[in-house]
Amino acid sequence: MRTEQLIERLAERPVPGAAPATILARALVLGTLVSFAVMLGWLQPRPDLAQAALTMAFWMKLAYAASTAALAFWLVEHLSRPTGTLARSTLFVFVPLLMILTIALIQLGDAEKSDRMHLVMGSSWNVCSWRIALLSLPILGGLFAAFRRLAPTNLRWAGAAAGLLAGAAGTVVYALHCDESAAPFVATWYTLGMASAGLVGGLFGRVLLRW
Amino acid sequence: VTNAEDRLKTLMIASRAGDAASYRMLLNEVGAHLRAYYRRRLGSGAAEAEDLVQETLIAMHTKGATYDPRRPFTPWLHAIARYKLIDNYRRNRRNRDLPLDEVGELLSGQDQEAAIASRDVERLLAKLPRRSRNLLRSVKVEGLSTREAATRSGMSESAVKVTVHRALRALSSLLREPGQ
Repeated sequence: MRTEQLIERLAERPVPGAAPATILARALVLGTLVSFAVMLGWLQPRPDLAQAALTMAFWMKLAYAASTAALAFWLVEHLSRPTGTLARSTLFVFVPLLMILTIALIQLGDAEKSDRMHLVMGSSWNVCSWRIALLSLPILGGLFAAFRRLAPTNLRWAGAAAGLLAGAAGTVVYALHCDESAAPFVATWYTLGMASAGLVGGLFGRVLLRW
Repeated sequence: VTNAEDRLKTLMIASRAGDAASYRMLLNEVGAHLRAYYRRRLGSGAAEAEDLVQETLIAMHTKGATYDPRRPFTPWLHAIARYKLIDNYRRNRRNRDLPLDEVGELLSGQDQEAAIASRDVERLLAKLPRRSRNLLRSVKVEGLSTREAATRSGMSESAVKVTVHRALRALSSLLREPGQ
């Protein structure tokens, strides 16, 4: 086709489209609902959810995951535009991590030496991270699909940021099942789960996000 | 360069509001810039460059929502054009080094330096009184002889010489002012 013809055809319907934030938010909500349904069917919410909701520890876990998700969303939105590059401000996504690490260290410092191991390992360390990573996959899939309408040029990092966002949202879902309450556990295994989702996103981003 | 940015940005914003005529104009102008951009990089063996022009226009169309109207238009377009260029190199498995390239290059028809210089000159000229500005332009920019300029302006040749001389002096003192 000649370029003039192409231009005539494109000009018939001027630039369409919702803002990147809207496109991404829809995908995030949809993916999180799928992930939530998987959690309901597979792991079930913790039976004492109503009582747990009265404890600080429960909200601390949720706050860690949700604030990481919010910052990662901002980063994903930025990297979904062709001009999006990694800036130093990117480091903001690690602020929640720093806070949970601080709380974890304080708890470890306050604890008896013999209890410290348990604060870190809890009773579910061997399942926590990979479950989070699995729960984040539907969300990552949704975000990658949304990227088809966007224009990332830094594919690896756009993928990694989407992975981190999916991981953090998956962690919110998982936190409704998980009955661990110690900050050292959360700071270790939740973080590892989110980070592996980020790694998966980065690895696949290079290939799947091309346009 | 700045003027092109302003015009393209205005057209883009109108296009997003649904104005098909602006959009057609935008696509045509952008197409011309892209053609020059890709030909400079791929050589003028036009087929490949023209494919990239079309691909970039389509991407600009389908991914138009990723343009943020609060920001300049040119860097956005340049990022898409460059992405398509790199993608093309990758697809063809060429290990050629990509030339460094700056946003400004996208809109530089031939010579960006000249464009910037002439814009600066115009800005300085605007600060002179109208009569000396016109004379200076006829003699130093358009290259008329003193006699031709005298005929055109209805002044004597010596008055033209004096006015041009004073205008030049005024210009050079403007250039020495801080902030210029």
